[in-house]
Amino acid sequence: MITQAISHALQVNALLTAFAFVGLVMWLSAALSKYLTMNRVHGSAIAIVIGLALAFWGGTMTGGKSGLADISILSGIGLMGGAMLRDFAIVATAFEVDVEKAKKAGLIGAVALVLGTILPFIVGALAAAAYGYTDAISMTTIGAGAVTYIVGPVTGAAIGADSSVIALSIATGVFKAVLVMIGTPFIASMIGLNNPRTAMVFGGLMGTVSGVSAGLAATDRRLVPYGALTATFHTGFGCLVAPSIFYFIVRAIV
Amino acid sequence: MTISGVALLAICTLLGAILGDLLGMALGVKANVGGVGLAMIALIAGRHWLVRRGMLNEGIKLGVGFWAAFYIPIVVAMAANQNVVGAVKSGPMVAIAATGTVLACFAAVALISRLSGQVETMDEIEAREGALTPKLAQQDGLGSVVR
Repeated sequence: MITQAISHALQVNALLTAFAFVGLVMWLSAALSKYLTMNRVHGSAIAIVIGLALAFWGGTMTGGKSGLADISILSGIGLMGGAMLRDFAIVATAFEVDVEKAKKAGLIGAVALVLGTILPFIVGALAAAAYGYTDAISMTTIGAGAVTYIVGPVTGAAIGADSSVIALSIATGVFKAVLVMIGTPFIASMIGLNNPRTAMVFGGLMGTVSGVSAGLAATDRRLVPYGALTATFHTGFGCLVAPSIFYFIVRAIV
Repeated sequence: MTISGVALLAICTLLGAILGDLLGMALGVKANVGGVGLAMIALIAGRHWLVRRGMLNEGIKLGVGFWAAFYIPIVVAMAANQNVVGAVKSGPMVAIAATGTVLACFAAVALISRLSGQVETMDEIEAREGALTPKLAQQDGLGSVVR
């Protein structure tokens, strides 16, 4: 009887169940980041990996295509992570963009930003094609995922990609962010990453705010604000050009 | 009022979605063309407008700020929704795409930093500024990190 009451309450309040569940995942990820990786790998990246792993588990359990959301008491995850709230929250992050600060990054920041969107997109789209995803929608979505793990799903949803392709684009973006977090300190001296200007170039090129800020923090804490300054524009710029210009270019070529 | 911030955000997001759909129709594709990016531009413009008129109050900031802070949890929920079972079948593509991307971008950073010539390193800047205002430089470096 008690289990019945619990599962009824969880199902009726599906969205609240999702908040509580994701909260637990976030809390666990923060603890893992702190004690297991000594803050090297950002908690948010761990949380997204756990999310993908849970989606895999949910998919094998139910045989459905919506990951955890196919489990009835966790159906609220589908609403919380659906297109509506996702776009809402992503747009909100632009509120912290200060136009005056953007001008500080200057031309070199802009060049890095454009290059940092085009290069990953090309590499991602080519990798997708090499693994048999040769249609324009899948190539664009996975290419966008290589820009950041946000640009991928936003682009995929906008142009109507398959959920498994969107999952690949998220995974590509998260993998990239983790590589940046871990790899940056080792490669910093080779790429001249010891001054604010290179940090801004670095932020614009690498994208992923979590990857850039964690990577720079492990290299030299003082460089973080400069890298984050350009990296913050990355997702917005990617969301603007990937489902539009880039998609049309890929469609024209394929 | 907090709802002003939430409403502003909702209006900008809807505006972006509408513009994106219209752009898609105009270009003859069944897609939302850059809607999220356009919504972000609308929000930045909206904020700029409010700041100039001195109307950006705490309530508006709270209304938008809450959703901005909520973005990683929502992304986690989104990740938990995907058809990962289907994606795993593609094998090592994810690792190859990500590694290739990171290597290409590291190389580009190195290239740009070489091309742009010698610049003052962080240590040199701090040594110079430290002589003038030791505490301020320290705060600027760490204060922004915490944010």
